[in-house]
Amino acid sequence: MATEKRVVFRSGWLPWALLAPQVAVIGVFFFWPAAQALLQSIQQQDAFGTSTEWVGLDNFRALMNDSSYLGSFKTTAVFSLLVAVIGLAVSLMLAVFADRVIKGALAYKTLLIWPYAVAPAVAGVLWLFMFAPSIGVVSFWLRAAGFEWNHLLNGNHAMALVVMAAVWKQISYNFLFFLAGLQSIPKSLIEAAAIDGASPWRRFWTIVFPLLSPTTFFLLVINIVYAFLDTFGIIDASTEGGPGKETTVLVYKLYYDGFKALDLGGSAAQSVVLMVILITLTVVQFRYIERRVNY
Amino acid sequence: MVERRPWLSFLSHAVLIIGVLIVAFPVYITFVASTHTAQAIVQAPMPLLPGDRMMQNYSAVLTGAERGPGSGAPVAQMMWVSLVSALVISVGKIAISLLSAFAIVYFRFPFRMFFFWAIFVTLMLPVEVRIFPTYKVVSDLGMLNSYAGLTIPLIASATATFLFRQFFMTVPDELVEAARVDGAGPMRFFKDVLLPLSSTSIAALFVIQFIYGWNQYLWPLLVTTDENMYPVVIGIKRMISGGDSAQQWNLVMATAMLAMIPPALVVMLMQKWFVKGLVDTEK
Repeated sequence: MATEKRVVFRSGWLPWALLAPQVAVIGVFFFWPAAQALLQSIQQQDAFGTSTEWVGLDNFRALMNDSSYLGSFKTTAVFSLLVAVIGLAVSLMLAVFADRVIKGALAYKTLLIWPYAVAPAVAGVLWLFMFAPSIGVVSFWLRAAGFEWNHLLNGNHAMALVVMAAVWKQISYNFLFFLAGLQSIPKSLIEAAAIDGASPWRRFWTIVFPLLSPTTFFLLVINIVYAFLDTFGIIDASTEGGPGKETTVLVYKLYYDGFKALDLGGSAAQSVVLMVILITLTVVQFRYIERRVNY
Repeated sequence: MVERRPWLSFLSHAVLIIGVLIVAFPVYITFVASTHTAQAIVQAPMPLLPGDRMMQNYSAVLTGAERGPGSGAPVAQMMWVSLVSALVISVGKIAISLLSAFAIVYFRFPFRMFFFWAIFVTLMLPVEVRIFPTYKVVSDLGMLNSYAGLTIPLIASATATFLFRQFFMTVPDELVEAARVDGAGPMRFFKDVLLPLSSTSIAALFVIQFIYGWNQYLWPLLVTTDENMYPVVIGIKRMISGGDSAQQWNLVMATAMLAMIPPALVVMLMQKWFVKGLVDTEK
């Protein structure tokens, strides 16, 4: 990793005492449970916890043959991709325009960043309320326009609802990073292109967008992780994974199988699969950040 | 701006205003709904202008006077639970991280790198992916329905440790030398030099962690079964557990407003630190 301090303090016991609280907390509430998850993923336990047997990789094999799990994978992929792509496109557009305006830039920024503070579950309730088939104001307008909205019956509507809520909550985050990225692009490059007669549209696609690609890639990873994990509240509060299994993403299925269906082994195996995915994403992110530092 | 293009400036403002309005619309609807009677909302379309029931609705949910079909615990109590949890999570995380980052940066001891990597690993796996075993540990320790159960497992992550480590690495070595020449021990140096230097990082991290703690959902959903220990975010979910129109939506929406206001205020009032915190914690 990074360089070391040249000057240090000397003490036999003090560093241990300083580390003790953190090590105790992560030991009890991180490593112990993570080890349990690994262990349980190769065991089969009945619902009352009275008998346990070793089953090797059977839980994983069962997962790979479980069509609802594979379906949940697909749902998660579609959901993450939609959230990331729509979220990035909308926030990039807002950031580009916010970077242009001189008057009121701070006001726009303040008015766009606060959804970050809204809890995912609350965001889910807000959007559910607007789109509720019988009472929602937006669903009423849609019906008036001849479009029958019912996310309780139509899986695509349900997916659209959770994607909208998830994007709404994430816009502020993407916006802030895009704005910072735009402001770090040297003005001289843009001016040179303008003098050569390039239109704003052309300048955006040939100069700004390529120079912004590190930010975009970084945000892409962050948004996928966000869609994987932090959207549990949105889904649980609005669609509860339904109708059928249309919006059951991996984390929701993990929760459901573990706590509602009490399938401990299967749930633990799902935990392990999710851990592997997350570690992969984190490694991708860190490798990329190292590159950015050199860049 | 590089050149004058009036139509483009006009377009920029138009797009931004539309964006701000769309972003604000769900919250406006929520606010309007929280100021009407339950009947007025159920008749589609609901009114789009605020009504006159604001005081009644808000005082009803805060005191838990009107019991809905779902949970009817007073929201004031829930907000107190949320506030305490958010504060314990943010202060606790900052405190233990400051100490361990100090140990890792300023001391040499056996297994130092081992601990460093052990803490590093926790960054990758948030509580969501290991909920069941973590839940079991907490229930075995008898910490269900307690502040300890709500907060301590969420403190077990290393974002803050890394942030402080990065920051401590940039503190000039001359300060340590000067402190040692003046006869200051490590804890004295920590208290009188390092802490004051870290104050902006601490403020930035506090904003982010406060919001993180206030908005927790999955974890409290599992560890709290007692109405008096519900954080406000859980309270809302419990209120809507019936059907569409059986709800007292006006009260649900008043609760939603109350759940949004504290973290939104923190973000808008501490905007500078919030932005710094976001940028720092993602590095």
